[in-house]
Amino acid sequence: MAEYQNLFTQVQVEGPTSMGIELENARDNDERTLGPVHLHLLGRLGNAQLGPIYLGFFGLASVIFFTIGFTSIGWNYLVQVNYSPIQFVRQMFWLSVDPPAPSWGLHIPPLNQGGWWLFAGFFITVSILLWWVRMYRRARALGMGTHVCWAFAGAIWLYLVLGFFRPVLLGRWSEAVPFGIFSHLDWTTAFSLRYGNLFYNPFHMLSIAFLYGSVLLFAMHAATILAVSRFGGEREIEQIVDRGTASERAALFWRWTMGFNATMESIHRWAWWFAVLTCVTGGIGILLTGTVVDNWYLWSVKHGVAPSYPELWGPVIDPAAVQSAPAVAPAAH
Amino acid sequence: MSPNRNILVALLVSGATLLLAGCEHPPVAHEQIGYRGTGMERIVNPRTVAANAALHEAPEAAPAVPADGPKATLLYKNLQVLGDLNVAEFNRTMAAMTQWVAPEQGCAHCHNPANFAEDSKYTKVVARRMIQMTRQINGNWQDHVKETGVTCYTCHRGHNIPEKSWFAEREVATEGRLLGNNFGQNRAGMASVANASLPYDPYTPYLLKANEIRVAGTTALPTGNKTSIKDAEATHGLMIHMSDALGVGCTWCHNTRAMAEWSQSTPQRVQAWFGIRMVREINNEYIVPLTAVTPPDHLGPTGDIAKANCATCHQGANKPLNGAAMAKHYPALAGAAKPADTLAERKAGKN
Repeated sequence: MAEYQNLFTQVQVEGPTSMGIELENARDNDERTLGPVHLHLLGRLGNAQLGPIYLGFFGLASVIFFTIGFTSIGWNYLVQVNYSPIQFVRQMFWLSVDPPAPSWGLHIPPLNQGGWWLFAGFFITVSILLWWVRMYRRARALGMGTHVCWAFAGAIWLYLVLGFFRPVLLGRWSEAVPFGIFSHLDWTTAFSLRYGNLFYNPFHMLSIAFLYGSVLLFAMHAATILAVSRFGGEREIEQIVDRGTASERAALFWRWTMGFNATMESIHRWAWWFAVLTCVTGGIGILLTGTVVDNWYLWSVKHGVAPSYPELWGPVIDPAAVQSAPAVAPAAH
Repeated sequence: MSPNRNILVALLVSGATLLLAGCEHPPVAHEQIGYRGTGMERIVNPRTVAANAALHEAPEAAPAVPADGPKATLLYKNLQVLGDLNVAEFNRTMAAMTQWVAPEQGCAHCHNPANFAEDSKYTKVVARRMIQMTRQINGNWQDHVKETGVTCYTCHRGHNIPEKSWFAEREVATEGRLLGNNFGQNRAGMASVANASLPYDPYTPYLLKANEIRVAGTTALPTGNKTSIKDAEATHGLMIHMSDALGVGCTWCHNTRAMAEWSQSTPQRVQAWFGIRMVREINNEYIVPLTAVTPPDHLGPTGDIAKANCATCHQGANKPLNGAAMAKHYPALAGAAKPADTLAERKAGKN
């Protein structure tokens, strides 16, 4: 039976509720709430046990800030369709809360002229930062390393560059990304058009390489572990220090096929760095755009990155340049 | 398979079908139009072309008439622009215009049947100005219309008012504290930008006013270009209109690796550049001044007259009427060239 050919977990252990280890701080134990239920369908995807959940001060504050930010976006969508629920659904992908017009600079405009973007952005940003603190503190409470929250910080870096650092450096909120489904995609296209093709931005190139690399690593690692799970390969942590036949076979497979293999420990470091560097390099690329480089295509020509191609149609000349030259007759071109 | 699984599969298949319902079904034809490896391709859906073929068919020219004979002014009064024609050519032109613009209403669409010479109907005043416009286009905008030229039919196609025209959108008022005002973008179903969420009036800023279309930086490092992302979105809206109006993609004019670079562009971009300035002149010099004579029920929501854009002539074809040279059969519409300096000023956008 080929177990990896199934989307769902094949082994579902049913047992008593696990409340987790006792923590040193009595309050950490007390604030575990919503208590636990077992759902078979959840067990198909992950653990069948739902809860207990720890919300705590930072979790609760984060949820409240997010709710205010998210609702203010939704409510402004609703008013843009004159409170029509049908239009709200129909136009959902088009609706948007946009940042203020360029003329506002970094000033705070009235709510209905971009102020709502600042309002929603503030509350959602605070919510995200509080969630980061919560992840850090929960990891510490469990005696874990803080790898997860630092990976999350990579994503927050990109988010802050897009919505805060870069607009502040350029002196206007209008540079930031709108809150809307199509509108943020339009922003992306317009950004690339304005700054001469983002694909020529080397940090964008790196970000894409890490993104696609993450996907490749994820697929390779998941496939390898599923393939050796019949030998106990999914017990990865044990196998780091006590290499079993699963590890040996997986390692040999990759040495045979590509000459080199990661180890049970290092594959996770590969994955962590690829994922984090996707956001870190992407953020650097965005931050440099408009502040340090104004046209990435011309920058690439200047530095020998962009190739030149033969002209197929003879010289195509900017007619505005021809018009302004007094010697050339207007009809000729 | 269990019944549950069958239902799940049926749901997934119908869901996937619904998601694809908005797409054109393959295959589409594509043709390489640039240097290999640059992605310069022209993509055409042959079924769309076939479905629209009748729209782009030019009517046959009326039989030619002798060039000599008495001048029309001898027979008719109040001839302000067509006085140079002989009687036969004059009548031939009038008959053709009727077929092009008012095939159902006939002569009475513009003329008072009791007195053809009088200007009592506004449509006659408009028609006279439109003949002058056609001559101006054929005579002085060959950078855009080349030797093909235009006739009334290029835009009208048998309709009193060309089907593809535009009115200014009513501005959304800023009322209350909430963001009811979308500032002219992010609205579903706007044909002007082909249903994108881009700013949906790409015409007023660029085809009526002469706002700056170019947004990209012109130097590698920043040297003072303060153009904002919002300006780039507005320009993108105009480009979507042009693309939609001509039935072409970006690569018809641009090499997408460097949209702004003229040296990478196709010659069509130069022609389009003149087209934008031509439409600007058509709207400002010929159409907008006719607002005063137009009946209110033909005006738009903000009281403006129906104006021209790229689709008015092109209607989805990269060459209107697939490039049929109709104008050469109608000497009445041939243009007289203007002094070069005025023209240069106009093309430079100083109108």
